[in-house]
Amino acid sequence: MNVFHFFLQHHEEILELTMEHLWLVGISTLLAVLIGIPLGIVSAHWPVWNKPVLGTANIIQTIPSLALFGFLLPVPWIGARADRLAILALTLYALLPVIRNTYTGIRGVDPSVVEAGRGMGLTGRQLLFQVELPLAVSVILSGIRVAVVVSVGLATIAAAIGAGGLGEFIFRGLAMVNNQLILAGAVPAAVLALSADFGLGWLERRLQPR
Amino acid sequence: MQTISTNGPVIEFRDVLYMLPNGQMLLQSLNLQVQRGETLVLLGRSGSGKTTTLKLINRLLNPSGGEVRVNGAPTAESDVIRLRRSIGYVIQDVGLFPHFTVERNIGLVPRIEGWSSDRIHSRVEELLQMVGLDREIASRYPHQLSGGQRQRVGVARALAADPSILLMDEPFGALDALTRDQLQREFLSLQQRLNKTVVFVTHDLREALRLGSRIALMEAGRLVTVLPPQDFLRSTDSLAAAYVQAFGEGLNSVATRGSE
Ligand SMILES: Nc1ncnc2c1ncn2[C@@H]1O[C@H](COP(=O)(O)OP(=O)(O)OP(=O)(O)O)[C@@H](O)[C@H]1O
Ligand SMILES: [Mg+2]
Repeated sequence: MNVFHFFLQHHEEILELTMEHLWLVGISTLLAVLIGIPLGIVSAHWPVWNKPVLGTANIIQTIPSLALFGFLLPVPWIGARADRLAILALTLYALLPVIRNTYTGIRGVDPSVVEAGRGMGLTGRQLLFQVELPLAVSVILSGIRVAVVVSVGLATIAAAIGAGGLGEFIFRGLAMVNNQLILAGAVPAAVLALSADFGLGWLERRLQPR
Repeated sequence: MQTISTNGPVIEFRDVLYMLPNGQMLLQSLNLQVQRGETLVLLGRSGSGKTTTLKLINRLLNPSGGEVRVNGAPTAESDVIRLRRSIGYVIQDVGLFPHFTVERNIGLVPRIEGWSSDRIHSRVEELLQMVGLDREIASRYPHQLSGGQRQRVGVARALAADPSILLMDEPFGALDALTRDQLQREFLSLQQRLNKTVVFVTHDLREALRLGSRIALMEAGRLVTVLPPQDFLRSTDSLAAAYVQAFGEGLNSVATRGSE
């Protein structure tokens, strides 16, 4: 039985696990964006926050993923369900690129442009939403792109704690020494990662300020 | 237009000093008055404190001592956003918003002040004409303009909400002599019509003599002297004299170059 045949036969399950995978990655990226962008803005505007915020995100990044799942297991509510646990872990990993690129993007805005805006009487909020964020948007997006691509790979490990996703195939395949099963998980994951990379990269170039 | 007070100076520095957090003194005992409708030129070499002085007026910087008054009221007590919107500011590096078209750059303050889009649109056209730019430029982005066009847009943007005070930090710097000359001429005719209170920064004596109703000479964070252009040329102050002399030598050396 060749791989193609196998994929055809199991297409329903592959589709289902791919959707599960997308859900894990999508929700965790969304959370990382909602938390990471404000943290990036704070550290760009108030230098005292820069070291603690980026430092913490950096440290989280260095924790091996299985160990992180282990650490989070005893946390109430979170530890009660595998998908919550996986989403939290993926969110934590995705934070660093989002925070770092938001910080870099805002810091990279031409100081004379910011000064002109302040001198014209823009409020801090107007300056942020009309000048700083629009000019930083492509850098921030490239951080999100990195976060998504990394999450797609990391999310396969979530199957180890029973959170589902394409990792199911991979772990099953490893246990049964079945390459076709492994490929059934790895190929869709690679496709997901590549399309996210391509799609977000395209958006990034579209939104590049001149 | 607001008419808060009276016949007093529009801008006044009272014993102002400005110090960096590390204690370095950038400006000391600065006393200066700018009258309604005049063009006061801040002249001085690079690093003498001209930009710092300008930024103290719209509170991009706050004095470490003394006070700055605008229309009679200490700036420290005024609403900083209102203050800045009532003062047009042309910054040294132009600082156009690269992600906005020329039209949006110029119309930004009117827009956040809640003008209707029709009114903004006609105001932008009026301003473009005023600074000598073609109206088809309105839809371009700053990177599609020449340096001189960018500086004109910078001036138009500062004039957008019709402020009575205008701060201009080397607005015609980095331009060729002919374009500069043309912009200076346009500035003079514009100023005749609009009658703003202008503080104009330059390090070019010729520009100062041509545009200023008075020239304030700065050196190393101090105000050396304030004189009308004619008196400046005859000043016995050593620094002013040095400026005039260097200016004259520049002309002379050209005249005598061939004969040596
Ligand atoms: N934030 C700052 N930190 C340290 N030094 C500063 C700061 N701002 C200004 N200075 C210094 O203060 C002095 C005056 O600066 P300022 O910008 O007012 O000069 P300027 O007269 O406008 O010069 P130029 O003609 O070159 O624009 C300079 O020596 C400058 O290096
Ligand atoms: Mg300067």
